[in-house]
Amino acid sequence: MAVTDIRPAAPGATSLGSDRGRIWKSLRRNPLGLAGGILLALVVLVALLAPLLAPYDPAQVHFATPFQKPGTVGFLLGTDDLGRDIFSRLVFGIRSSLEVGVLAVLLSVLIGTPLGLLAGYWKWLDAIISRLNDVTLAFPFLIIAVGLVAISGPSLGNAAVAIGIAHIPAMIRIIRGETLRIKESDFVIGARTMDASGGRIIFQHILPNTASSLIVQATVIMPAAVIGEAVLSFLGLGIQPPAPSLGIMLSDAQQYLFRSPTAAIVPGLGIAAICLAFNLFGDALRDAMDPAATSRKK
Amino acid sequence: MIRYLSTRLWHSAITLALASVVIFIGIRQLPGDPAIAMAGEEASPEQLDAIRSKLGLDQPLPVQYFSFIGRLLQGDLGKSTRTGTPVTDLLAGTLPVTLWLAAYAIVVAVVAGVLLGVVAERYRGRWPEWISNGFALIGLSVPSFWLGLLAILYLAVNLGWFPASGYVDVGTNPVRGLYYLTLPALILGTGLAAVILRQTRASMIETMSTDYVRTARAKGLGGGRILFRYGLRNSLIVVVTIVGLQLGGLISGAVVTERIFALPGFGKLTLDSVFTRDYPVIQAVVLVITVGYILINLAVDILYSVINPRIRVGSN
Repeated sequence: MAVTDIRPAAPGATSLGSDRGRIWKSLRRNPLGLAGGILLALVVLVALLAPLLAPYDPAQVHFATPFQKPGTVGFLLGTDDLGRDIFSRLVFGIRSSLEVGVLAVLLSVLIGTPLGLLAGYWKWLDAIISRLNDVTLAFPFLIIAVGLVAISGPSLGNAAVAIGIAHIPAMIRIIRGETLRIKESDFVIGARTMDASGGRIIFQHILPNTASSLIVQATVIMPAAVIGEAVLSFLGLGIQPPAPSLGIMLSDAQQYLFRSPTAAIVPGLGIAAICLAFNLFGDALRDAMDPAATSRKK
Repeated sequence: MIRYLSTRLWHSAITLALASVVIFIGIRQLPGDPAIAMAGEEASPEQLDAIRSKLGLDQPLPVQYFSFIGRLLQGDLGKSTRTGTPVTDLLAGTLPVTLWLAAYAIVVAVVAGVLLGVVAERYRGRWPEWISNGFALIGLSVPSFWLGLLAILYLAVNLGWFPASGYVDVGTNPVRGLYYLTLPALILGTGLAAVILRQTRASMIETMSTDYVRTARAKGLGGGRILFRYGLRNSLIVVVTIVGLQLGGLISGAVVTERIFALPGFGKLTLDSVFTRDYPVIQAVVLVITVGYILINLAVDILYSVINPRIRVGSN
């Protein structure tokens, strides 16, 4: 039937499709973004292949060979106070960092996106969700972590939950803003005149168009989560030893800082590499997705 | 303006009320029965009941909630279960340390961030911009506590420019006190400076390409006047917003910084209370930070509406 022909032109598919082409083009022309992308791919590979890359179990102690210098045969980056291989701990630490990051992103996306859509689409829900948002914002991330640790003890999961919760308000605000904007576009108004239900409009027309903001926000949460995990584990509120974590490596290394500075420098460089990758790539992605920013640069 | 203020105050009041409920419920989720903790494991059920009714734990939850709020309003935060010290004394001893540290860090961050942001805008495409951008990227990607460790290693121990740890009360000995806080404040301020830098640069670029700046230039106003009158004034709004938004991060950062430099502040109190399961102190710490955070955000919003008239008109 001809009804399909008068449907408001292509809500998600084609607009996203042409976007993708433009984004990819812009990314390729951005050397810093490209470097970030390569670094990011490397970091992810290291995390995925950790068991293959690490020559030792990260918790395995070698009492005979503590404080080995980097470059010692068998220990690429040397060993720590217990003779544990720093390279193996770095590789597994990066894996834990990304695990916490991915869990935190998933949590804030899974809770933030639906609430943001609801708040943006229905005005009466907006007031309630905004107040709840204010309450969440009233608790700084470390306090959420302190509360969770006091209730159920420190762990990787609790660290991820604390970081995830702390990022929900921003996620809600961003998705809410996007929803408010997309709600007014012609294809949504068109769908509404064709009697599409609220749920249908949200899922079929609005949600796909928030994808780019969601991805950019994820690249903002990831480095924050990686640093957050390191902070919590450093303070003893996150991952617990002997599990490998860059934060624990740093807090261990602080005790013999003068004897073996490499043990402190390596995990910090690991954290910096992960964050740099996400920040560079995220910036480039944001520029690529915002046509105004790209044209301003020219 | 009054309308905006009253809405904003009303929202803060609701937030405070809801946050207090969250904290109240949170405390009840903590493991361990306070009655058993007080009477010991061997206490008879009758003894436990007696303690529960003394503590009001046999009352319905809403009654318990309001008596909890009542005690709070009287400034009664209870006593540390570990040392028996009133929690208010513990707060009075540790809060000033952290407030001085945070204030110092904010000053460092605002000065460095705005300065580098302006430099980046004025020298676009030349090496000062690259240095400024590099600083921003490093400030955002490198965890500040790692910088802290490196600073202790190189600036404090190897070069001996700063003390590696320790605290001197700023109130009694300002010069020495601030000297001891300099390295911690620099470390704590780095991340904030990076965020301020990026936003100042963006806002300066935007302002400097507006029509009214072009008009000002056309009528012969000097570069310096334009920079201060138009550029920086608009950036001020951004800076206030950023500082407000980053306060949570600053609190978390202060806890870590205190740990690294062994400062006897609020962060140390927080960590000690969690590790020793000192519930009255945990409760007080969470309350103080939450209430303080809500109030400071309210202050930031009011300040914001004073600087930027557009907010007052188009609130929401």
